[in-house]
Amino acid sequence: MNFDDYRGIWVYLEVKDGNIAPVSLELLGAGRQLADKRKTELAGVLIGSGVKPLAQTAVTYGADVVYVYDDPIFAYYRTEPYMRALLDCCEKHKPEVLLYGATPTGKDLASAIATDLPTGLTADTTILDIEEDTGLLLASRPAFGGNIMATILCKKYRPQMATVRPKVMKALPPDPSRTGRIVEEHIALREEEMRTKVLEIVRETTKKARIDEADIIVAGGKGMGSKEGFQLIHQLAEVLGGAVGASRDVVEAGWIDHHHQVGQTGVTVTPKIYFAIGISGAIQHVVGMQNSELIIAINKDPNAPIFQSCHYGIVGDAFEIIPLLIERFKEEIPKVKAAADVKEEIRHA
Amino acid sequence: MLHIVACIKQVPDTKIIKMNPKTNTMDRASAPAILNPYDAHAVEEAVRLKKKYGGTVSVLTMGPPPAVKAIKKCIELGADEGYMISDRAFAGADTLATSYALTKALEKIAKQRPIDLVICGKMTIDGDTGQVGPGIARRLNIPPLTGVKKVVEINKEKGYAIVHRKLEDGYEVVQSTLPCLFTVEKDINDISFAPLPNMIKAARYQPTIWTADDLEDVDRKQLGLKGSPTIVSKVWAPPKPEGGELLEGSTKEKVEQLLSLVLAKKELFQ
Repeated sequence: MNFDDYRGIWVYLEVKDGNIAPVSLELLGAGRQLADKRKTELAGVLIGSGVKPLAQTAVTYGADVVYVYDDPIFAYYRTEPYMRALLDCCEKHKPEVLLYGATPTGKDLASAIATDLPTGLTADTTILDIEEDTGLLLASRPAFGGNIMATILCKKYRPQMATVRPKVMKALPPDPSRTGRIVEEHIALREEEMRTKVLEIVRETTKKARIDEADIIVAGGKGMGSKEGFQLIHQLAEVLGGAVGASRDVVEAGWIDHHHQVGQTGVTVTPKIYFAIGISGAIQHVVGMQNSELIIAINKDPNAPIFQSCHYGIVGDAFEIIPLLIERFKEEIPKVKAAADVKEEIRHA
Repeated sequence: MLHIVACIKQVPDTKIIKMNPKTNTMDRASAPAILNPYDAHAVEEAVRLKKKYGGTVSVLTMGPPPAVKAIKKCIELGADEGYMISDRAFAGADTLATSYALTKALEKIAKQRPIDLVICGKMTIDGDTGQVGPGIARRLNIPPLTGVKKVVEINKEKGYAIVHRKLEDGYEVVQSTLPCLFTVEKDINDISFAPLPNMIKAARYQPTIWTADDLEDVDRKQLGLKGSPTIVSKVWAPPKPEGGELLEGSTKEKVEQLLSLVLAKKELFQ
């Protein structure tokens, strides 16, 4: 393996609901920094059906080159055809680094590619850096349930690959004046050869606000004592019009469904306000919420690590504080609403 | 009759593990070794499918001798056979080397009894990668179906499986040829209580144990640390955030301060 043949930082561009997935735009932002440091190109690989127009979007977000595989066989994600396309691209153009979002699709694809190439793959990376002169990728991630951080290297194989947690890296502001090369690629795949078929896609639109899109999240931990005690978290979330989050302990205890789990093995969230109530603040939880705009912690243990990871904290008993908060919010929120309505009326008058 | 193999791992319970703050290594003695929680769901699902369609459930693990305990746990859950590969040559394996060794063992098991389905947990709680399952599928050249949350049908005669795969906002119904590999989500099932006969069987059970030499066509360069492209270059304690401002005063005063902090973002409430 001649390392000099492998050049460029690549991002696998995941397509979601007809657009490039937010995590892929974030990776273009992170990849741009790596490419600039290494003085090399940033490329995106776009696979799908009817996706060619999205290539220009990738350019505005920082890509110098976009390789496009546009074919009906890629109408929805399946490991086999997507893997064959990406392997084809890797063989032709030999990237030095290849990054994927740590989404179900990104992880599925990356695992398959790593086995076939073969090369090393670091999962759920939260910090990325590159050695300017050697091109060695420094991929760091929380390990052992978030008890430590570990930096993983892949010294003897290329490309170096990593999946990266969503909402950790920052996308660049789109720049419509940026230009880049768009390269159409083809691979001959026949539907009859595919061993899997998607029969149906079912979107589950939950009534409750989706936790990864909510502006306000009220999250509770083991400190709520029981499933019954945890109801207070639901009540506070309802008053605030927010979503309910939970620590891993709570999900494992069966107090709430794991869709609500925030942290390394759950979802990463970045709401405007995040309440961590009765949550000790293990790093595995904190990595999932640390980029929230305003983090408020309530815990009766003044030494709980959560107080290191919040903006404001209250040392106290949640069972005393939450009912008071609910009561006061019920009084005050309508006033905020009313004031806004008055302003609106004046504007229309 | 189906032959289902569940791949499992014994892991330290990372929830209660203590770290040595000087060396940043795990104090393994501080945490009990358990069957990886996701793998328990893999075994449970295999046993349920066996009950529905008939067949045999085997479990396979790679680990040091004490990992026999994790296999016994699977026997309690209803598995019929246990296989373990254990050898210093496997030590230090990353996900690529792990999937290689497990695949070699699966090939040997398949020679004795052809395999229709491999089931793995979504991920392990000590490695947190979820990469080994899909890796095995690629090496066996069978379709990987990750994120399976429901098995709709297994039809061995016609050679297909239909499952629900979890998506970020719902699920998809997928049909795959058999044999194939599932990695399963936790919500695929609830673990049943082990019936007494299983407990008795488990207590006496001794799995088949193979060393690297017992496996066939093994390229030793692909095993263990030698066969692992990734290396851990350093570990460190997570950066300590600077910490927040603690609100002072009586409970009522604290609540009022909190109220104004939250309501200051008034655009959220309009």
